[in-house]
Amino acid sequence: MKRAYKISSVLLILYTLVWGLLNTVPRLDILNETIRNVYYHVPVWFAMLFMMALSLIQSLRYLQNNSLFNDAKATNAAIVGLFFSIPGLLTGSLWAKFTWGTWWTFQDPKLNGVAISILIYLAYFILRLSVEDEQKKARISAVYNVFAFVMMNVFIMILPRLTDSLHPGNGGNPAFGKYDLDDNMRLVFYPAVVGWVLLSFWMYEIKNRISQLEYQLYEN
Amino acid sequence: MLLQLIKKEFQLEFRQKSSLAGVLVYVIGTIFVSALCFKAKVDKPTWNALFWVITLFTSVNICGKSFLKESGGQALFNYLHYSPLHFIFAKILFNMILMLVLSLVTFFFYAFFIRNEVENMSLFLLVLLLASTGLGGILSLMSAIAAKASAGFGIMSILSFPVLMPLILVIIRLSKMAVDGIEWAGVSTQLLMILGALNLLTLALSFLLFPYLWRD
Repeated sequence: MKRAYKISSVLLILYTLVWGLLNTVPRLDILNETIRNVYYHVPVWFAMLFMMALSLIQSLRYLQNNSLFNDAKATNAAIVGLFFSIPGLLTGSLWAKFTWGTWWTFQDPKLNGVAISILIYLAYFILRLSVEDEQKKARISAVYNVFAFVMMNVFIMILPRLTDSLHPGNGGNPAFGKYDLDDNMRLVFYPAVVGWVLLSFWMYEIKNRISQLEYQLYEN
Repeated sequence: MLLQLIKKEFQLEFRQKSSLAGVLVYVIGTIFVSALCFKAKVDKPTWNALFWVITLFTSVNICGKSFLKESGGQALFNYLHYSPLHFIFAKILFNMILMLVLSLVTFFFYAFFIRNEVENMSLFLLVLLLASTGLGGILSLMSAIAAKASAGFGIMSILSFPVLMPLILVIIRLSKMAVDGIEWAGVSTQLLMILGALNLLTLALSFLLFPYLWRD
C-alpha cells in the first residue's frame, strides 16, 4: 500500500512523457508545438510550491513541539523544492527562448518572483549553516522559513496579478482554463501535476529516512 | 512597560551619539558619491531607483544593529523583565520612527545634491511614510534573527534583501507615479492598499514569530 503512490507517480509521469508528445494539441500562433511544454514546465512548479508549503508546515510543527525531526523534515522539503526549481527554470527558459525570443526577461513578474524565491531559500540554507547549536538553528530557521514563505507568496501570487505579465492568467493574458487548455490537454496536464507532486513527495520521504538514520547513528 | 521600553530605545540611541551621527554621515557620503558619479545627469526612473537603493542600504545598515546590543546578559535581563510582545513592539516602533526621520533626511540631501524630481509631493511623502514603516517592521524581525544567529553583519543583508523585494517593488512603482506627477485621481489605490497590507502583514508576523526567537 505504501508503494502505491510511488508506482502511480512513475506510471503517471511515464504516461505524460509519452502521451504528452503524441496527443493532439490546439494550433496556436507563436506557441505552436511548444505548448506541450505545459505538461512539463507547470507541474514542476506545482511540485516546488507543494514542497515549500510542506516545509512551512513542518517548520510550524517544529515551533509547536520542538522536535528536531520536524526541523529536519522542513529542511528536506526545502531542499527538494529548491531542486525542483532547476528543471522549472530550464524548461521555462527554453520555452521563453522559443516563444518570447529570449532566455530570461526582467519584464515578467513571475520570473522575478522565482528568482527571489530561490534567493530566499538559499538565504534560509545559509542561515542554517551559520548557526552551530541544533535547537537554536532549528528555531531561528523555522521563524525565517515562516516569514519567507509568506513574503514569497506575496511576490509570486499577488504581485503578478497586478501587472502585465507574459505568462497566461496574469495581467491582460488569458488563463490556461479559458481556451488554451482544451480537454485533450487536460487529459495529460492534470495527471502530470499529480505525478510530479507525488515524485517530489517520494524524494522528500527518502530524504527523511536518511535524516532518521543519520539521527540514530549520531545518537549511538 | 511599553512606554518605558520605547523611552529606553531612544535614550540608548541618543546616548551613543556615534552611531546616529555615523548613519547621517553615511547617508550624506553616499548621496555625495552618487551625485559625483552621475554628475546630475539622471532621468526620472534612475533618480527614483537610486533614491530607493540608497534608502534600502541605509535602512539595512541602521536597523540591522537594533538587536545586536541585546545579547548576553542584556538579553537575559530583557527576558526576565519584559514581555516579548512589548519588546518587539517597542523595537518596531523605534525603527519605524528612525527610518522615517532618516528617509526624510535622505530625501532632503538627495534633493539638495542631485535634484528634486518629485512632482506629486503629497503622494511621495505618503509613500515615504509607508515605506519607512514597512522597512522598519521587516528589518526589526530580520535583525532579531541575525542577532540570534550571531554570524556577523553579512547575514543581515543576505536574509533581508530577498524578503524586502516585494515591498521595494511596490514602493518603487508608487514612487515613480509621484515622481512623474500623476494626480491623486490617477494613482493606483490598489498599490497603496497592498503597501498598507504588507505593513500590517509584517506587524502580524513579527508579533506571532518573535516570541519564538525570544527564549534562548
